[in-house]
Amino acid sequence: MTQTIINPTPKDYKSEVKPTWCPGCGDFGVLNATFRGLAELKLPTDQTVVVSGIGCSSRFPHFMKTFGFHSVHGRALPVAQGLKMARPDLNVITVGGDGDFFSIGAGHLVHAALRNIDITVVVMDNEIYGLTKGQTSPTSPQGHVTKSTPYGLLASQFNPIATALSLNVSFVARGYSAKPKELAALIQQGVQHKGFSFIHALSPCPTFYHTFDAWDAAVTPIEAEHDTHDKAKAIALALETERQYTGIFFKEERTTMDQAAHQQVQQSRPFDIEQYMKRYA
Amino acid sequence: MENEVTIRIGGESGEGTISGGDILALASARWGYHVYTFRTFPAEILGGPCMFQVRISDHPVKSMGDYADVLICLNKEAYDRNIGELRHGGVLIYDPSDFTPDQSDCITYAVPFNEIARKEVQLFQTKNMVMLGAICGLFGPPLEAIIQVVQSKLSRSRKANATLMEKNLLALDVAKKYVTEKITKSDPYLLGPVEKADRVVLNGNQAIVAGALAAQCRYFSGYPITPASDIMEGMAKELPQVGGTFLQAEDEIAALASVLGASYGGMRAMTATSGPGFSLMTELIGLSSMAELPVVIVDAQRAGPSTGMPTKMEQSDLSFALYAGHGDTPRIVIAPSSVANCYDLIIQAFEMAERYQMPVLFLTDQSLTARVESVDRHIFKTPELHERLQYNTNGSSSNGHHGSYAHEQMLVGAGTGAHDYARYANTTTGISPMSTPGTGSPAYVATGLEHDEAGHPDYEPEDHIAMMEKRFRKLATAAEEMPQPERYGDADATIGVIGWGSTEGTIQEAVDRARAQGYKVAALHPKVLSPLPDKAIQEFINSVDKVIVPENNYSGQLANLLGAKYGLKAIRVNKFGGIPFTASEILRAIEEVR
Ligand SMILES: Cc1ncc(C[n+]2csc(CCOP(=O)(O)OP(=O)(O)O)c2C)c(N)n1
Ligand code: SF4
Ligand SMILES: [Mg+2]
Repeated sequence: MTQTIINPTPKDYKSEVKPTWCPGCGDFGVLNATFRGLAELKLPTDQTVVVSGIGCSSRFPHFMKTFGFHSVHGRALPVAQGLKMARPDLNVITVGGDGDFFSIGAGHLVHAALRNIDITVVVMDNEIYGLTKGQTSPTSPQGHVTKSTPYGLLASQFNPIATALSLNVSFVARGYSAKPKELAALIQQGVQHKGFSFIHALSPCPTFYHTFDAWDAAVTPIEAEHDTHDKAKAIALALETERQYTGIFFKEERTTMDQAAHQQVQQSRPFDIEQYMKRYA
Repeated sequence: MENEVTIRIGGESGEGTISGGDILALASARWGYHVYTFRTFPAEILGGPCMFQVRISDHPVKSMGDYADVLICLNKEAYDRNIGELRHGGVLIYDPSDFTPDQSDCITYAVPFNEIARKEVQLFQTKNMVMLGAICGLFGPPLEAIIQVVQSKLSRSRKANATLMEKNLLALDVAKKYVTEKITKSDPYLLGPVEKADRVVLNGNQAIVAGALAAQCRYFSGYPITPASDIMEGMAKELPQVGGTFLQAEDEIAALASVLGASYGGMRAMTATSGPGFSLMTELIGLSSMAELPVVIVDAQRAGPSTGMPTKMEQSDLSFALYAGHGDTPRIVIAPSSVANCYDLIIQAFEMAERYQMPVLFLTDQSLTARVESVDRHIFKTPELHERLQYNTNGSSSNGHHGSYAHEQMLVGAGTGAHDYARYANTTTGISPMSTPGTGSPAYVATGLEHDEAGHPDYEPEDHIAMMEKRFRKLATAAEEMPQPERYGDADATIGVIGWGSTEGTIQEAVDRARAQGYKVAALHPKVLSPLPDKAIQEFINSVDKVIVPENNYSGQLANLLGAKYGLKAIRVNKFGGIPFTASEILRAIEEVR
């Protein structure tokens, strides 16, 4: 039996499965922020689906009491979009790592942005591949030395926020796992946003790439006066890479593809095969 | 044969060869004849050689015909390419202004298509109507049958205008008059009047779309690829009208991933692709099988490997469909054999996907996607459907229409209550009651990781063993519950033919002809290739002395499977040029058995 909880607390979103993450992993902060954000919204667990790919971060759905779909590496976005197109009544949240969304699944990000299907993405960025033990990812800094880049990473660093803005994503924000309250508020607003919302969550991996100190120093809240409809300013902030601005960079309301598709559906009629076959008579 | 003719038209793509052929097929079918078409497409987007063949008969047609009885060549290249397919003593129709044929063992009729279109109709585009008019005058069907089809086609076309219609009618009329007055008919082919019948005329892909809609498929996602694109386009057009949604994906991985998302959401969902796209889907086929999500995947096979020959047929994805994916991955594989079969088997594909909660791969092929057949209308009726086994909040399970399955007994400690809802309950059938988000039933996590009954990640050896056995148990259940293939031909046959997919009609025609010659032959054509109907196949193999396995592939993929499973040493007959078998090719194989 599922019972609807009238005033849920963050704890009500926590499953009995114990997280497999290393002690101190940034993903704990993101998980707690998610519990909090969903509790604020009073999202019913049985009408909410958390979709992920593969990675340390993608274990996420197992730790939540909502419905979950732990798919394969890089494919969380298309799974989530298919689910939302078929079931626009559900709340769909997609989670995973920088490898998932910016490397193997990067192609899907472009199209999710163009479609503006009403789902929320939370990327836990630790600037490496955690689960496979520390190799470089698209967000690793140039020169970064790992087992797969013993002489230093030659490629340049991927900029998630600037990319999302250039793709015309309709809600773009960044949070930090060490500031779960602020991150919870962003997740709350992202889920509330009608359209594709992208939340870049800095989430360090103390085991393979300890970035807590660097991010403690670099993280700077976007000033309160920032106009979240000013894309040029948003891009300027995103390109200032010595700082890691947190908060909402940009948001706008546009038609979502799931809405538009379901408007068509509203005029539909039940299928009648005999009627249908007349075209071939 | 009386009231039967096979007409082949060879020409240049874009000059109406194919559309003229389609009109001929449709008009003949509406007039009461059975039709069966075969066509080739050029590699070019515009222009390039193409051909259309239609077999028209007053009795049911099972194959495309061994040879053309009538060959119409709209240019010299068409003549060079197709003359080898004209039967000895057949009819060649050509325009003397194009070329002079050097063939002597056929009847030749010279018809100035170009001149009639250009000078008398004064619209060169009507050349295909001139051709149709000539066909009507020489063989049938009556002109009115053609006119009706042309009128209804034009009335739906954007190019329609009164002048064009008038010119088309004039072209038909002038050409018919020309052949009646100027040509002394010396061939035996004539389509006389027949009784009207209640039939529809459509191709394999159209039947798949109709079947998917009838099966209540309400989500489709795909990525364009020949020869599966028109399934996608059909679903794109129809789904919104019946309450479904459609998504053109960025690639085939995304297509199948999104279909799995929709299926997780409780929707009957499907994708359609061809070899290259199917290759990209393999990782997600494994996910579907592991997470136990129902999904139907159509693979419209084309000649491979790699990009291969996109517009040519082959039956070369069977091995891949049976084994695609890493790990031991139960799946169902179904292959339709005819246009009618595309309809009823795609419905069965959805039923099996929902019942056994696993991927169903549906292997059609290029020839069947484009094959137009006349089909009795009564087979297109509303199917009886069964919902997937639902988990109800009171802990019981039901499948909607049938109430609960009494034999879905929990084997080991399936829990109760929200937190330990056993999504993957280890039941005697292997089938576990499923919960759907947003329906008041308990939450769970669908996962590709090995898991316990509750869906929690679990790598314990005994649990992996139990879950692997549970997933495969569903295949055993399916094998028990599915219909068995029926033997065609002699009960006391000494020669057996086992085929799969689009070759069934051709094999049956060969069996009929062999039996008429005194051979004792029978055929078996399993539609479900995973799980194989072991009993029926074993019995069939044991009942005959020799088994021929004709396949349109190089390596003999079904023959390999039958060899591995049943120790069968088959007589392999492989054709892999991109063209389907003719009945005479299979008949020859039967005659050669010793
Ligand atoms: C197709 C495929 N390739 C490779 C892997 C191995 N793999 C698992 S997780 C992962 C990268 C994880 O990095 P990220 O997405 O950043 O997640 P994190 O573990 O850092 O949270 C890789 C390469 C896989 N599971 N599937
Ligand atoms: S390896 Fe890194 S990312 Fe993975 S759980 Fe440990 S700390 Fe977290
Ligand atoms: Mg990572």
